[in-house]
Amino acid sequence: MRVMSRNDLLLFVGFTVVVLAMPIWLHPFGAAYPDLLQRFMIFGIFAVGFNILFGLTGYLSFGHAAFFGVGSYAAVWSFKLLSLDAIPALIFAVVVSGLFSLIIGYVSLRRSGIYFSILTLAFAQMSYNLAYSVLTPITNGETGLQLTLGDPRSLDVAMGVSTVGQPVPTLLGQSLGGFAGFYFCAGFLILAFFIAQRITNSPFGMMLKGIKSNQTRMNYTGFNTKPYTLAAFVISGMYAGLAGALLAVTDPLAGAERMQWTASGEVVLMTILGGAGTLVGPVIGAWLIKYFENIFSAINDNILRGFWSFLPEGADNVMVTISSKFVGEGWFLTLGLLFVLVVVFLPGGIMEGVRRIAHLFDRKPKDKPGKAAPRPQPAE
Amino acid sequence: MTLLKRGLSRRRVLQTGVAGIIGTGVAPLMFTKGAWAQEFCNNPSGDTVTFGLNLPLTGAYAEEGADEQKAYELAVQHLNGEGDGGLISVLTPTALKGNGILGKKVAFVTSDSQTKADVARAGATRMIERDGAIMVTGGSSSAEAIAVQGLCQEMGVIFMAGLTHSNDTTGKDKRRYGFRHFFNAYQSGIGLGPVLGQEYGTDRRAYHLTADYTWGWTQEESMKAATEALGWQTVEAVRTPLGAADFSQYLTPVLNSGADVLILNHYGNDMVNSLTQAVQFGMRDRQANGKNFEIVVPLFSELMAKGAGANIKGIYGTSNWHWNLQDPGTIAFTKSFGAAYGAPPSQAAHTAYVQALLYADACERAGTFYPPEVIKALEGHEFDGMGNGPTLYRAEDHQCIKNVLVVQGNDNPTSEYDVLNIVQEVPRDTVAYDPTIFGGDLGPAEPAPMC
Repeated sequence: MRVMSRNDLLLFVGFTVVVLAMPIWLHPFGAAYPDLLQRFMIFGIFAVGFNILFGLTGYLSFGHAAFFGVGSYAAVWSFKLLSLDAIPALIFAVVVSGLFSLIIGYVSLRRSGIYFSILTLAFAQMSYNLAYSVLTPITNGETGLQLTLGDPRSLDVAMGVSTVGQPVPTLLGQSLGGFAGFYFCAGFLILAFFIAQRITNSPFGMMLKGIKSNQTRMNYTGFNTKPYTLAAFVISGMYAGLAGALLAVTDPLAGAERMQWTASGEVVLMTILGGAGTLVGPVIGAWLIKYFENIFSAINDNILRGFWSFLPEGADNVMVTISSKFVGEGWFLTLGLLFVLVVVFLPGGIMEGVRRIAHLFDRKPKDKPGKAAPRPQPAE
Repeated sequence: MTLLKRGLSRRRVLQTGVAGIIGTGVAPLMFTKGAWAQEFCNNPSGDTVTFGLNLPLTGAYAEEGADEQKAYELAVQHLNGEGDGGLISVLTPTALKGNGILGKKVAFVTSDSQTKADVARAGATRMIERDGAIMVTGGSSSAEAIAVQGLCQEMGVIFMAGLTHSNDTTGKDKRRYGFRHFFNAYQSGIGLGPVLGQEYGTDRRAYHLTADYTWGWTQEESMKAATEALGWQTVEAVRTPLGAADFSQYLTPVLNSGADVLILNHYGNDMVNSLTQAVQFGMRDRQANGKNFEIVVPLFSELMAKGAGANIKGIYGTSNWHWNLQDPGTIAFTKSFGAAYGAPPSQAAHTAYVQALLYADACERAGTFYPPEVIKALEGHEFDGMGNGPTLYRAEDHQCIKNVLVVQGNDNPTSEYDVLNIVQEVPRDTVAYDPTIFGGDLGPAEPAPMC
């Protein structure tokens, strides 16, 4: 029963422990509240899925937010029409986003490189505009799709389940708010990570890596690469749909802005920041960006004043003025700087930094990969 | 990848699996064990009580958000007994003592909602879950207000809406936990209609440009109803995306449409841009159908008027409040806001300030922060002195019923703030309407067992 190599198993167990213990170790960072933890999980899934396409096959999609958004809308519609239970919503969302990505992938994958990126970007922008202003009966446009008391919810009605008050998604009758929602999403992130790990190490994954390193050679050796890339694209789209659906489960509102090109760019940033092609990297990148977005953007002048209060009078004001440019509305600036630093000094993302540090401690036993370093696969 | 020498034993797998299952099953209990210690969400246990300010500091309505923030900071100072006390002394009836709320000092946390519903909701969740906000307030887009209001209903936290003018906020999407002091598009229509009829006659052809979200939709609907009742015709209503910087592609068709009135259902920067561009297109100097071409901006604010400069002269619209009113409440607020920030407050600042005070007052009257009791104290509450004349917080839809101002861009401004003239103060009995016309359901007041 050679299911996983020991390193892979260690990585998987380590990842599981880190994820499940997040409410504890994130406490000192001020990030251990359910909403942000849920987002960590959800965008982790999104990034892991994106990495299956970008990290393995090298196809850079600039339109993944479209699948994310489609997943959200599908899930909210399932809550509205079928049942408040999360399971049908997730299934429905994954199926719909899978079909959607099949169509877009079939067209986009006729080209590679920059043309592929532009095609996906164009499709995503089209989806965004459709959601924003054309399909408003389905998407409710800028206002966003919300649950209301008057929704039909045919399955719930048939089962005799009635809701009191503002309808919220449930899991077999259990509410999914707060930490329950976090553990629900965490389960999916771990599952998503496991599947990604299996894909990476499977022959199918090898094929995808082959496509990344030299597609022409793959073609000459007799492989038809198209089904492989399309499969990777659809899997990755389904991951995005799952993430979008989970976002709708934890917060039942679907807005068009989550399909905007900035959202597509964000997942590319997450993957590159963490380390494309690695398993853990994209997740770390997602956590980092979401942390910046939620924590740095909430720091205001008062908090800074408290932080710099140890400095003498006058100097603290100067520091507050300087640092306030990098927090609050200016958190993008900090993120941009970090991104530049990572890309310049660690082209392989944060995971390359981890690898280098692990390498420092690993000099003596030559050529053996460090146990502590969560490094399943080389980037290329 | 040939590190594997032998597989795992079945025992190992079972052991690890069982440990994992128990671990994941038990771990959540650690964090929920305290959930029943408080009988409602964020019951303030220390000597402070926290307001969550959800403000658009970036995006199309950023300017309104910044002004709201100033007003909230002022309100918190006044509630804590600092500064000149502002409107606390003129609110009648009042239970406020100027020593915080129920003896607890008021603190606040902020979040940038970026004028996006999604982000606003995430920010509100953070302030409720992490920062322990007892009440969420702010926002200057109806999309935000509706999104956050739904969330607050789920969490059992009261939402005091800031600037939101859509009929849906207290109509189809009303919530038991959401309260709105600001007026709405329907009331704008009732107030503005007769003035437009008087000034521009009953034989006009109107062309609407509408911000494409809940507020724009309902305002377009209300303005159509009001103008068509006068006998006007609606040539066309075109939806424009929120935050579009360039409106020329939407303005060009207006010129050849046979319309002689352009109704701009835009707000914030959008309105500044679309009006400026419309004026650049020469629309105000045009003749159409033998009449002067006119522009109407149904929802006006001082900030927008300032932004649009001379283009605003002579244009009609409505406002919730204006700093130039002469009642004691307005004078007191303009004075204390002016002393603190060196400029008169906008209507966004006013509604934000008043909402904070009304919440505090309701808590004092209820004698508790327990949301259902505070809701009861707010519902059907009749008060005066806040600058809008006698005002009723209607119990049926949580909409404040008060006077509405019809305003016109000032032709001869004496200062950069003197940009609007009050044409008419429409009495509240005229703008009151049957709350059932928009449907919707408030839902229960009992807080949900989450948060």
